[in-house]
Amino acid sequence: MLNIKNLKASLEEEDKQILKGIDLDVGPGQVHAIMGPNGSGKSTLSYVLSGKGGYIVDGGSATLDGADLLDMEPEERAAAGLFLAFQYPVEIPGVGNMTFLRTALNAQRKARGEAELNAAEFLKLVRAEAKELKIDADMLKRPVNVGFSGGEKKRNEILQMAVLQPKMCILDETDSGLDVDAMKLVAEGVNAMRDGKRAFLVITHYQRLLDHIKPDVVHIMADGRIVKTGGPELALEVENNGYADLLNEVA
Amino acid sequence: MAVPAKNIDATEAMIAAYPRPNDSAKWASDARARALATLRQNGAPLKRDEYWKFTDPARLLAPTPSAETLDTGETPVFDTVGKLLIVFVDGIYRPDLSDDLTMTGVEIETLAAAMSKDIHWASDIFGVLEANGQTPVSRPIAALNTALAVEGVVIRVSGAAPKPIALRYLRARDNADVMVRHVIKLEKGTDLTLLENGAAAARFNSTLEVDIADGATFHHVRAQGRDHGRLAATYMFARLGQESRLKSFTLTVNGALTRNEAVIELTGDDAFATVSGASAGDGAFHHDDTIFITHNALNCESRQVFKKVLRNKATGVFQGKILVPAHAQKTDGYQIAQGLLLEDDCTFLAKPELEIYADDVVCSHGSTCGGVDETALFYLTSRGVPKAAAQDMLVLAFMDESIQEIEDSALADIIRARLGGWMERRRG
Repeated sequence: MLNIKNLKASLEEEDKQILKGIDLDVGPGQVHAIMGPNGSGKSTLSYVLSGKGGYIVDGGSATLDGADLLDMEPEERAAAGLFLAFQYPVEIPGVGNMTFLRTALNAQRKARGEAELNAAEFLKLVRAEAKELKIDADMLKRPVNVGFSGGEKKRNEILQMAVLQPKMCILDETDSGLDVDAMKLVAEGVNAMRDGKRAFLVITHYQRLLDHIKPDVVHIMADGRIVKTGGPELALEVENNGYADLLNEVA
Repeated sequence: MAVPAKNIDATEAMIAAYPRPNDSAKWASDARARALATLRQNGAPLKRDEYWKFTDPARLLAPTPSAETLDTGETPVFDTVGKLLIVFVDGIYRPDLSDDLTMTGVEIETLAAAMSKDIHWASDIFGVLEANGQTPVSRPIAALNTALAVEGVVIRVSGAAPKPIALRYLRARDNADVMVRHVIKLEKGTDLTLLENGAAAARFNSTLEVDIADGATFHHVRAQGRDHGRLAATYMFARLGQESRLKSFTLTVNGALTRNEAVIELTGDDAFATVSGASAGDGAFHHDDTIFITHNALNCESRQVFKKVLRNKATGVFQGKILVPAHAQKTDGYQIAQGLLLEDDCTFLAKPELEIYADDVVCSHGSTCGGVDETALFYLTSRGVPKAAAQDMLVLAFMDESIQEIEDSALADIIRARLGGWMERRRG
């Protein structure tokens, strides 16, 4: 599914390499978690994969089902099946949530040569997904993320994911700023999308999200590299002992 | 103040460009004579004048160039709205293309007809609001209009107007040089919506005087001509009585040079005025909103909301003033002017002015200028929206704050659709 080989990337504006050789293979149906201290490059990895500006790829490769992600525009990556749930979902005053999501879905479908959904079909789809995530109709009518609470923004990310049905989902600290109930709701949304084929890369600081979204593989990232890989028990180790012990051990 | 010697020729050339009207009523010819004297005293505008330093008036005063009529294939802007339609072709009223000028609660006549009558209510407004608006800033092009305009309509609203009045300006000649003058009186507690649209002219001088009595509401929605080469200078002089309301919005896409001035005086307590605009220009486009709002009563509110999207060397100008004398306590004044520069070679010039003598007021102003928000653009594209479409969504979102000032949501949607059409054509 997602294959990353020796990926290196720097910030465009300063001569500073953030990713220093990432190797990662996420297979179909798998959930991989990436944990690591602040500044280890977790979010940068998600941005570089989804095509955010401001980064330069210095080397390596990233492919999704064999297609070269790094060579595509962000919208092409989305159409190819990649989705990034943002750590800080962006507020866009003046752009309606529904208009945005319908435009996005139909653009993706068009890019893949599929028929576009008409307004009624789209509405039906969104309403069903929104109900699962306890997103009320009022929220859908508002401009994208404007006036949403932290929890509402994250639920809106999951709603977009559910509607767009990507193959490969990257969740960038989706648990940050969520209370326990909101986190459960988000995790249920994610779990509902696990179908044995769709893959997930869950970036998080804390083990608690992984209680709800059970990972197959856990990676520890530090200073732009993956320094340790293991099973779910690795996340518990971090929770109990912190990163310092682990990193000392690796060093 | 003496007229600078080098300005006399330009001033006389302005006057000589149009035939001298032949009004039979004394009040009308008196008003015209006064305006002519004002114009001669103040002289034609010069680039060195404080309020013309961002917009060179010479282009508006030069002999009229030809401007090709643009065919976008779209239907006229307010076609779908129920309305009383009044059509001008090359600035001349065309009864054959217009609806019958009768409507319950409203008297409508041509300017020429009104000005030939001895006693007419319009004598309290025609040239009076314009004259009032000549200080402290002179407005020579509006004085010229008072002195020489013969075409236009005079409207008195005395009851509930059942539908909007729409003025549509069509063009037949590429070099049409057009002047129109409208005078509107809203009696106490009445409402009127005025719509304006159309190519109008290669050079257009349009002046509107509107007197809004106590408790009356005037809605004004305008979509200016889209011909690329056209020049336009427009003036709105408004006087507001107690608890009256004015909501004026202008959409401008294309046009080589547009100067839209609004001079608004809030004379009754608790009055409300908003003047707003959205403009979009690509290439040889210079758009100037110059606003002067005077709060002359207690507890009045005024809003100025202007958005300009510019690309390919286009220029946007905003000059907005709020004047609050010492007696105008509890004034609430708001002003925002924002330029969205889609390319680095565009120019946005903003001059907010707040002159406040009262001590119990709330006045705020803001002006920003920048490109498309890259974070928002990435968010939209990361969901699969193609970059060009994502940019258009953000441009429309940017403009929307001004469009939201239009109270009637159907009219607002018409404006949104026009703007969307412009962006689609730009994309090619």
